[in-house]
Amino acid sequence: MNHTSALAGEEGYNFAFLDEQTKRMIRRAILKAVAIPGHQIPFGSREMPLSYGWGTGGIQLTAAVIGRDDTLKVIDQGADDTTNAVSIRGFFRRMTGVRTTERTDEATVVQTRHRIPETPLSEGQIIVYQVPIPEPLRWLEPRESETRKMHGLAEYGAMHVKLYEDIVRYGRIETAYDYPVLVNGRYLMRPSPIPKFDNPKMDRMPALQLFGAGREKRIYAVPPYTEVKSLDFEDHPFEVERWEQSCALCGSNDSFLDEIVTDDQGGHAFVCSDTDYCTRRRAAGHEGEGMPEGYLQPSEAAEVLHHPPSALRAPSPSGGRDSDLPPEGEGGAQRRKGDASSGTAFRAGLRP
Amino acid sequence: MRADDPVLRIRSLHKSFTLHLRGGVRIDALRGVDLDLFPAECLVLRGPSGAGKSTLMRCVYGNYAADGGSIRLAHEGGWAELVGAAPRLVHALRQRTLGYVSQFLRVIPRVPALDIVAEPLLMRGVAAEHARRKAAALLERLNIPTRLFDLPPATFSGGEQQRVNIARVFIARYPVLLLDEPTASLDEANRAVVIDLVQEARRDGAAILAILHDPAAREALATRVFDLAPRLAEVA
Amino acid sequence: MSEQAVLEVRGLTRRFGLRTAVRDVAFELWPGEVLGIVGESGSGKTTLLNCIGGRLPADHGSVMYRTAAGYSVDMLALPEAERRKLLRTEWGFVHQNPRDGLRLDVSAGGNVGERLMALGHRHYGRLRQAAVDWLEHVEIETARVDDPPRAFSGGMQQRLQIARNLVTHPRVVLMDEPTGGLDVSVQARLLDLLRRLVREIGVSAVIVTHDLGVARLLADRLLVMKGGEVVEGGLTDRLLDDPHHPYTQLLVSSALSV
Repeated sequence: MNHTSALAGEEGYNFAFLDEQTKRMIRRAILKAVAIPGHQIPFGSREMPLSYGWGTGGIQLTAAVIGRDDTLKVIDQGADDTTNAVSIRGFFRRMTGVRTTERTDEATVVQTRHRIPETPLSEGQIIVYQVPIPEPLRWLEPRESETRKMHGLAEYGAMHVKLYEDIVRYGRIETAYDYPVLVNGRYLMRPSPIPKFDNPKMDRMPALQLFGAGREKRIYAVPPYTEVKSLDFEDHPFEVERWEQSCALCGSNDSFLDEIVTDDQGGHAFVCSDTDYCTRRRAAGHEGEGMPEGYLQPSEAAEVLHHPPSALRAPSPSGGRDSDLPPEGEGGAQRRKGDASSGTAFRAGLRP
Repeated sequence: MRADDPVLRIRSLHKSFTLHLRGGVRIDALRGVDLDLFPAECLVLRGPSGAGKSTLMRCVYGNYAADGGSIRLAHEGGWAELVGAAPRLVHALRQRTLGYVSQFLRVIPRVPALDIVAEPLLMRGVAAEHARRKAAALLERLNIPTRLFDLPPATFSGGEQQRVNIARVFIARYPVLLLDEPTASLDEANRAVVIDLVQEARRDGAAILAILHDPAAREALATRVFDLAPRLAEVA
Repeated sequence: MSEQAVLEVRGLTRRFGLRTAVRDVAFELWPGEVLGIVGESGSGKTTLLNCIGGRLPADHGSVMYRTAAGYSVDMLALPEAERRKLLRTEWGFVHQNPRDGLRLDVSAGGNVGERLMALGHRHYGRLRQAAVDWLEHVEIETARVDDPPRAFSGGMQQRLQIARNLVTHPRVVLMDEPTGGLDVSVQARLLDLLRRLVREIGVSAVIVTHDLGVARLLADRLLVMKGGEVVEGGLTDRLLDDPHHPYTQLLVSSALSV
């Protein structure tokens, strides 16, 4: 890894790619966002060396807050080794020279797409979410002027119509991703397409949470220890998904599980979506029931196939792009299973 | 108010029509009518066609706006002036005091006959069940077959429609009744029922102003006659 | 008769560029009263309705509204937050086209329940029950409560729109050609329903229509508009049977039969 030694980052580029003016502009937007938790702040989103939908919002936020002493962790669907994560981590290594890590507790900045790590974040850490669509009211109201007014006047009642419709159709609230939350009792917010499993982690989180939408040019934030409440009904309270299975590798039964295809005979298994969490549990001696016979361990697979190990993992619901929103209203676990067969096709990741 | 006080007092009532579509022709329909109507009487308006009998009646009902003069009506313990009255006063009068049997039944097409007859009571807040029972009794008395109760009157014969019209006015026991040819297009038997209804109302103290061309009905009902002179020619 | 008007419109004026679409309109609306606004298309009646309902800013004038709590507010001068709150609780607006007043892909129950949810109701079972009750009121099969109105007939959609508005028991409902675009037989049913609801709920309504037949059957009182101005007003049957203004006479004589 030659790049890591280049402390100043890649020659010919400013530290963290963005020029200092732009970083200051973004930091000002962040300060505003922190001051008004959950409120979307417009910012002058820059052209990045990758197209919208691949995390340009999150990258700009990270670039604006990262310093030479920081340690960066990048995950996509909970995994450090998926293409999107690998590419963004590589980008920042080249552009900043900062230390990178896969360990949640070692990182000072965590950029994520679609998950919050299982290991609780602590004070002093920053988690940066990549956001495809920031506006929670968009489905109700296509006019930006009107949604701004609705936020301004806290007119959020109609948002429950969406959840009501879930119960009408499925007998319970089926929204499984990007589950709407009310921040600090005031602003309605899209938490980005994280599974609702992660929603409770946002509530009073000790770390600073930043959200960036590059194409939509919006930044919002949840400062440490801020109340984040998931919308629900009295007779249909908010619940996170549970699995009967435990992780085949580490045996965890309280982490978010991905169902993965293990062979072409219909074999499958459940494993932790958070690779760091899983690895460290195994290192601490925890053990699952094991993978089905014939399944290559990720490390072996990588050697054999010259493939990112995650290519064998079942893809998470929406593939690699942020703009591929998970289909609304389908069962989470069911969808994960359904997608598994067509999995690798989604794994385009960042282009070189 | 004494029993021999009038309940309707009309003074120098003027009504004209200006027909803008006919070059502003003005028709003077009523020129200075004075009339008193007392409780428990049936005053029949008499005069040749075009003398303004219906116009006078419609002015009293507020259906035509009088140009000048005064129409005062005993209403809820006081006097109400109809000339220039605000629409909602006219509404209140129609709900409580004034019943009008016109020559046409004008109702929402789909509504069943029974509900149309019950409506004046419903408007006063009477319970729907009670109002419907009274309506059914009245329609039966007027020889409307029971099978028609739930049908809208648009499909009824002229005579049947007229009887529905009569029923929806008599159900409400107004102290002042305006009857414009209530027995026209009715057969002998039904005419007798209507005459009975009017007599009963009068004996109960209702003051009745009527236009009755039918000699038999006039003979049976009129306690007094008011003559209207034929109107002058149109004024250009 | 000592009661107070629920709505007092004064000097309402709205211009579009050089054209004055509504000029100096004034009227009162009394509790339980149905006021019809008639006139040809382009006479300014829909613009007037939109100005009263806060859907279009007025250039001049006031719309004094007596709230359920008993105080008087100028809807046009009220801070937006309060105005919008009143509009979705104490007011209703029924659009000519149900598509403008309904969420076609949201279930009938969700459509009816939306205003209640906006008021903070958070019990699914009770929301759905309220919707069922309202569907019954407006004569829609209660079994359709979970169906989206996209599949409903025009008449059903319009009735659903009315239920969606009335669920909060508004005191003022504005209707823009509520029976326009419906078959005659469907119209009659809707007219009957509207009359019944007005009587049962005691709501006051302003109804814009170009159909004098509809106006005759629904409205207690009419205003006739021409070129943005009210040229004549009065009791509905008086205005239609004894029209005074030349334009009203023309309008009445041009109608097929009212």
